[in-house]
Amino acid sequence: MSNKLDHSMSLANPDTKGVSTKQKIALAIGLIGLLILALALLNTNFPNQGVFLTVSLGLITTGTILFANEAYLTKLEGIKNDGVWFKSISSRGVLGWLTGVGLTAFYIVLYFYPDLLGMGVNGDANTGLIGLFDPLSRILSGNPASQWFVYGTLYTIAIIAFGYKFILKYRHNRYQQIRTVSVMFFQLGFAFLIPEFMARLNSESFSLPYYDLKNMWPLNYYNFDQYRIDSFIKAETIGLSLLIFGIVSIFVISPFLTYKFGKRWYCSWVCGCGGLAETAGDSFRQLSSKKMSAWKLERWLIHTVLVFSVVMTTAVIHTYLGYDPNKYWLTKDVFLISVAGFLTLVFGGVLFFKGKELGKDAKYGAIGFFVVILALVGMHYTGTTSEVFFLKAGGLRSAYGLYIGSIFSGVIGTGFYPILGNRAWCRFGCPMAAILGFQQRLFSKFRITTNGGQCISCGNCSTYCEMGIDVRAYAQKGENIVRSSCVGCGVCSAVCPRGVLKLENDKLDGRINSNEILLGNDVDLMDYVNKK
Amino acid sequence: MEEHIAIIGNGISGVTAARHIRKNSNKHITIISAETDYFFSRTALMYIYMGHMKFEHTQPYENWFWKKNRIELKNGFVSKVNHKENKLEFANGEVLKYDKLIIAVGSKPNKFGWPGQDLDGVMGMYHKQDLENLEKHAPNNKVCKRAVIVGGGLIGIELAEMLNSRNIPVTFLVREKSFWDAVLPAGESAMINRHIQNHHIDLRLGANLKEIIADENGKVKGVVVQETGEVIDCNVVGLTPGVSPNIDFLKDSGIELGRGVKVNRFLETNIPNIYAIGDCAEQHEAIGNRRPIEAVWYTGRMMGETLAQTICENKTEYKPGHWFNSAKFLDIEYQTYGWVFGNPKEYEQQFHWIHEDDTKCITVSYHKETSEFLGINTFGIRMRHEVFDKWLTEKRDIDYVMQHLAEANFDPEFYSTSESEILSAYKKSQLQTA
Repeated sequence: MSNKLDHSMSLANPDTKGVSTKQKIALAIGLIGLLILALALLNTNFPNQGVFLTVSLGLITTGTILFANEAYLTKLEGIKNDGVWFKSISSRGVLGWLTGVGLTAFYIVLYFYPDLLGMGVNGDANTGLIGLFDPLSRILSGNPASQWFVYGTLYTIAIIAFGYKFILKYRHNRYQQIRTVSVMFFQLGFAFLIPEFMARLNSESFSLPYYDLKNMWPLNYYNFDQYRIDSFIKAETIGLSLLIFGIVSIFVISPFLTYKFGKRWYCSWVCGCGGLAETAGDSFRQLSSKKMSAWKLERWLIHTVLVFSVVMTTAVIHTYLGYDPNKYWLTKDVFLISVAGFLTLVFGGVLFFKGKELGKDAKYGAIGFFVVILALVGMHYTGTTSEVFFLKAGGLRSAYGLYIGSIFSGVIGTGFYPILGNRAWCRFGCPMAAILGFQQRLFSKFRITTNGGQCISCGNCSTYCEMGIDVRAYAQKGENIVRSSCVGCGVCSAVCPRGVLKLENDKLDGRINSNEILLGNDVDLMDYVNKK
Repeated sequence: MEEHIAIIGNGISGVTAARHIRKNSNKHITIISAETDYFFSRTALMYIYMGHMKFEHTQPYENWFWKKNRIELKNGFVSKVNHKENKLEFANGEVLKYDKLIIAVGSKPNKFGWPGQDLDGVMGMYHKQDLENLEKHAPNNKVCKRAVIVGGGLIGIELAEMLNSRNIPVTFLVREKSFWDAVLPAGESAMINRHIQNHHIDLRLGANLKEIIADENGKVKGVVVQETGEVIDCNVVGLTPGVSPNIDFLKDSGIELGRGVKVNRFLETNIPNIYAIGDCAEQHEAIGNRRPIEAVWYTGRMMGETLAQTICENKTEYKPGHWFNSAKFLDIEYQTYGWVFGNPKEYEQQFHWIHEDDTKCITVSYHKETSEFLGINTFGIRMRHEVFDKWLTEKRDIDYVMQHLAEANFDPEFYSTSESEILSAYKKSQLQTA
C-alpha cells in the first residue's frame, strides 16, 4: 500500500483548522495554572499556599472549559472528529510523544521518587508541590497531603474538566452525557471525597484503611493485605461491613450487574481508570491497535495478569491465616481448598454449559485453571506463615504491586495514552476487566446490535474503538458484537454514519447471531449459506 | 487443476464474490485492480480528507488476509477482454488466462460535456486518485479560496462536507429546485436545504453550470452559472452529477452492453462464463421498483454473495429483498425502508412529520386504497432494519406501523423519542383527511 497520501497530508496539513484566538487565550490560562504547579515542583515557596493552589487549579479548569466551549459550542451538534489524524497531539505526532514522555516521567516520579515532589520524610513538613496541596488536604481529611493526595486531586480535576469537554463534544448524544456525568460523580464522590472524609473518622482507637468503595478486588489488589484486614477487623462493625461489602461486590453485586448491563456498568460508568480514559483520554482512543496480532497479545496478557493476581492474593491471605481450626475456622488449608473448590466449580460449570460456544478458548482457559490449581497445591506444600514456594509472600505481593499495580497500570497505562491509546491498561492488563469480560462474554444480556444490512464498511467504528475491537468486521457481516473486552462506551454507535450499531440489554437468546443474516438479501440464499 | 476465477475490480462486489467463492471452494482466485493494491471502503474516502481516519483504516481486511485465504491480488489495468480465448489483455501488454470472469469494475463520475470539464483542478469524488487530486488542489483555504460543487446528490453533499471540514468556502450548484428532490419528498428536501445553509455552505438551487474557466496555466479560476451568467471565482470544481458504469474498455469485446454490462437474474452476461456484478451490472429488466443499475454499496455486496453461489455449482438467482438504504447529510442521518417517492405515485399517500428543532423528520408512505404500509424515510432517527423488513413482508397497514413505531426505534439508549408525538400528529392528519 502506498502511504504517499498520508505523507502529503501531514506535510500540507499538520493542523487543518488550527486553534482560534479564544482557544489560544484558554490554553494560556490553563498553562499559567500548570506553571504554578511547576514552580511549586521546583520548590518555590508560595506565601499563601491555599490561595495559590486555588488559583492554579481554578485556572487549569477554566482554561479547559473555555477551550471546550470554543471548540464545540461554536458549531452545530454532531460528530466532532475533524482533523483528529492531522493534529500532532492525537496522531502520535511530536506533541503526542512529548505528552507521553511527560506523563510517563510524572508517573515514575510519583510512584518511585515522591521526595522529588516534596514529600516530607521522617515526619518533616511537606515542601514543593505536595506542600502546595497541604491546605486542601487539611480541609478534607485534617491531615497534610501526600503524593497520593496530589495525584488524586489532579486526577479528579482531569476527569471533571475533560468530562465537561466530552459532554460538549457529544451534546447531541444523551448516552454519552449521562455516562460521563456518572464517571465524574463516582470519581469526585467515591474515589476522592468519601475516602478523605472517612479518614476524618480515624482516631487513636479507631482507624479505617483508605477505601474507595467502588474499587473492587482484583483491580484493588491490596484489599486483602494483612494490614487492611487487621484494621477492618479492629474497626468492628463498620470495618467488618466494609470488608463484607468488598467480598459481596466481587461475588454477588458485580456478576449481577454485569449480567444485566454488561461490564460497561463498571468499566465506562463507574471505574476511575475508565473514567480518566473516557474523559482526559478521549483524544487518544483512535490510537489503539486493531490488528489481529494485538488481539492475540491482549488475550494472553490480560489472563496472565488475572492468574498472577489470583495466585498472589491467595498466597498473601494464606500467609496470615493460622493452622489451628479451633482458633479460627478459616485456616490455611480450609482457605486453599475453598479457593480450589470455587475455581473448579466455575471452570467445570463454564465448560459444561458453554464449552461449545468457547471452542478453542476453552483450551486456553484450562491452561490458566491448571496453573492456578498447581500453584495452590504448591502453596500447601511449601507454605509457612511467612513463605510460599520458599519465597516471601510479601515478595510476590510487592512484585505484583510494582510490575502490575504501578508500572503496567500507571506508567504504561496512563503515561502511554498518546502512544498506545487510552485503554492500554484496561485492555491488556486489568484483571478486573478480565473477570467482568469473562462474565460479559458468557452470561450477560448486553450486546451491540448490528442493524441488518446497513453497514458500508467505512471503518469509523473500528477506528474509534478504544479497546481495539474491529467492530466493522462484525457489522459488515450483520453479526452482533459480543466481545469480552467491550467496555460499552458507545462511541462506535455514535460515530457510525449509517445508524448501524446500538448498545442494548436484551434476551440471552440470539444474542450472538453468528449466522450471516444480511437482511435485504434473498431469504432462500441466506438459509443455504447458514446451513453450511 | 482448479478452475481459475478472474475478478476485475477490488471493490465490495468483487471482494465479496472472492471471499464467498473461497468459503465454498478451492478455486484459484485472482482479483485485478489498477486503483489500489488492497480492498478499501470507497464510502470512507471522505473521512480521510476530513482527518477522521487514515487510509489504512478504510481497509476492512489486514494485508495478510489475502495470502492466508489464497486470494491472489494483481495490480494492473485490463484494456481488453478476449472471450474467445478466455484471456485478459493488460495495458502493459501482459496476458492472463481465466476460466470464469467476473466483471466488477464499478462506476466513474459523470461528465456532461461542459466546457472546461477536464481542466486542472476539476475533479469527481469517486476513486482514491480523486482524493489525492483534491488533497493537491485543496489542502487548505489558502491554496483553495473557494470550491464550487456541481450536482446535488449524495457525493456532492459529501464533498461539500469534506471541504467544509477544512474551512474552505463552498458554493453548491444544484440543478433541481430543492436538494435531491427527485428522491426525497419535499418536506425532507427542504429541511436538508436549511441544514446545508446552517453549515454556511452557499447553496444555489435551480442553478446549472455553463462553463468552467481557466487561468493562463490551464488551471481552474472560476465557473459561469447558466441561469444568471454570474462568474464565481474558485480554485477547485467538484463534478458530482452522479456516476455511470466504468465499462469503456469493454466496447468491442462482444459482451452485450447497455449503460452497463447487461446481465440476467443469474448475473450472467451474453457470453458463457462471464458475469457482471455491482455498480457496472445492468439488469435486462428492473427488479421491482429498483433501478436496472443500482450503484449502492449493499447491492454490490449481495450480488457478490449470490454470484459466488452460482460459481460454486449452486446456481442462484439474484433476488434482492425489500429496498433499503441510508446516507448522512452533514450531521443528519437518513435511513429508508421500502419505497417513499420524491414525486408520489398516483396510488401513494404520504404522511410527513418534522421535529421543531428542524433536524429530525419522517415521511411514511402507504397505499391510498388499501392502507398498506409501503415505506418510510427517517432523518435524525435511527430505525431497525429487521423490524421494517418484517412489516413490509407482512404487508402491515399504516395504522399498525404508526402505533408500533417505537418497536422499530434504533436510537442509542436514553435518547428522547418522538414516537408519541409522531403518532398524535398522524392521528390528527387522519381526522383531517377522513
